Amino acid sequence: MTVLLFVTAHAVWAAPSDKDAVPAFQRMDSLEARVQGCVTCHGQSGQGTNSGYFPRIAGKPAGYLYNQLVAFRDGTRRYAPMNYLVAYLPDAYLKEMADYFARQRPPFTPTEPSAVAPEVLNRGGTLVGLGDSALGVPACVACHGRELTGMAPGIPGLAGLRQPYIAAQLVRWKVGDRHAAAPDCMARIANKLSDADITAVSHYLARLPAPTDPSPESPNLVRMPFACGSQR
Amino acid sequence: MKNRLAIVLGFLVLLIAAAIGFYLQAVHHPLAASKGPRGAEAPDATTSLIAKGEYLARIGDCVACHTEPSGGKVFAGGRAMATPFGPLYTPNITPDDETGIGAWSSDDFYRMMHTGISRDGTLLYPAMPFASYTKVTRGDSDAIYAYLMSVNPVRQKNRPHELRFPYNQRELLVGWRTLYFSEGEFKADPARNEQWNRGAYLVQGLGHCSMCHTAVNRLGGSSESKAFEGGMIPNQNWYAPSLTSNREAGLGNWSIKEIKDLLQAGVSDRGTVYGPMAEVVYHSLQYMTDADAEAMAVYLKDLPKRDTEPPPTSQARLVQPAVMELGRKTYDKQCVMCHGAEGKGSPPGFPPLAGNQSITMASPVNAIRMVLNGGYPPGTYRNPRPHGMPPFNHILNDEEAAAVLTYIRVAWNNAGTPVSPAQVNELRKLLPE
Repeated sequence: MTVLLFVTAHAVWAAPSDKDAVPAFQRMDSLEARVQGCVTCHGQSGQGTNSGYFPRIAGKPAGYLYNQLVAFRDGTRRYAPMNYLVAYLPDAYLKEMADYFARQRPPFTPTEPSAVAPEVLNRGGTLVGLGDSALGVPACVACHGRELTGMAPGIPGLAGLRQPYIAAQLVRWKVGDRHAAAPDCMARIANKLSDADITAVSHYLARLPAPTDPSPESPNLVRMPFACGSQR
Repeated sequence: MKNRLAIVLGFLVLLIAAAIGFYLQAVHHPLAASKGPRGAEAPDATTSLIAKGEYLARIGDCVACHTEPSGGKVFAGGRAMATPFGPLYTPNITPDDETGIGAWSSDDFYRMMHTGISRDGTLLYPAMPFASYTKVTRGDSDAIYAYLMSVNPVRQKNRPHELRFPYNQRELLVGWRTLYFSEGEFKADPARNEQWNRGAYLVQGLGHCSMCHTAVNRLGGSSESKAFEGGMIPNQNWYAPSLTSNREAGLGNWSIKEIKDLLQAGVSDRGTVYGPMAEVVYHSLQYMTDADAEAMAVYLKDLPKRDTEPPPTSQARLVQPAVMELGRKTYDKQCVMCHGAEGKGSPPGFPPLAGNQSITMASPVNAIRMVLNGGYPPGTYRNPRPHGMPPFNHILNDEEAAAVLTYIRVAWNNAGTPVSPAQVNELRKLLPE
């Protein structure tokens, strides 16, 4: 099974290249040209770039991307470079941008193997696939999808994200710096994770093979473990 | 007698009911009023006054400062205004009786606009642009008052300012006012036509353009003789270019259409607005009528030019060949796609760099910031889906960024001066805003 996954994954992998971060487009009057403001960090098609802190945004649910853009514009999600860029953009345009990147299906880039102890990865794998019922932490896959591609409309895919980004977001949630619509299910979970668990889960997620189907799951195929405001 | 009293009382009740109905209509349709008459009926006097006030409040850009940007209620204040003297917090201007201006009369409001003195006699800090608003007519002030009275009252206490000593001593404002404030409504220049005077009224009054485009000194004052000559915006680290120099944002060589486009749409064939000016266009100028935008353009184009020296020639010969080569290489890799090999851009989506005054002006601050942080022009009615520029903060090191900035400032006969890696580094340390 592992071998099979590896082979499938390899088929859709492409070597990372800094070319993805250089502005390029076909037609001036296209959304592709209009979103050039995003490409040096998120890549030409939203696949991410060599920097581990800038997330892959391609293929994430449109509702999630839109919520983030609005939150960056209104200052309810804080990251100065993003707050500045989208500060004066209207809802309709942010929606278009979100839809655009949600439609993209660029290849996943392989991650550089980092030196992590096997027991750390094991712990990460447990949290991702099974959760920890003693802690009251549900499995990541319960909401973020069987292959971690997210769930429409508001739950992001985790596939293709790098370790520094994932860890940073969990920490931000834990310290109350990042929020989602109430009830904020992610805050409940992040607050139950120790720093060691955040390290474990972020390393494990960042090493996952590319999903066989990069599309987000449809909502409510399963009963979610917690009520989430972003799914309403 | 009793009968007459009953009739009078009955009449009063009717009057009050009518007034309440009138008021409710106005309160519940403040936006509908701005979109012209509801249905086929003609707007009544109150709704047209409110609509006029809403329009003027837009031009005055009240909302930008009097709303806390991270999800604050409209006009409820609380926005921190960073000043070199410590933060000021803008007050609540919704018509809440206790925490807002609900108890103010139109006289109180006009006195505040005209003299910078609040209802309770407090002298306002000049972060409130009363030195500009003093030019606003009583009629326009009354319209803005009527509009503000019609918005949703919000109960939110004003946050006290956190100015350092001695700036927290309001008595000092008496001195400031003597030096920098002259009270008085706008006086039309009879030698100019109506359009020019309308533009002057808007620019000098509600538009309060001089708050940024006239240099501010150590006391937070700006001198009349330096009007519109540009300067760094305190605490924002953007340079507000001079409107009186064709080497900066002087519009002497621009067409009226280009100026109008820049103010209303945020983009033009000559240049694009970013940063604080994007905010002004987004919240305020995009709502201007064509007639007002044109009047403003006519006045701005006509501002006296104060360039005494002849325009400089290209400084390319001052640049070390290796720096020029690194700049050209970087430009070819990162910039050429949008701005073109000859720096002509693809206006209005991608602004030209060749001949662009904001690239070549003496202060390189804005150009450096754009290369580091990128930027989107504001999404406006006329340009709802602007093209954006990406940040290069993480792609270019100080030498590369300085070289490419130097290149665009001197190539194609641009008459700018070189930029040093140290200048880039200085701005890199700041968070984008």
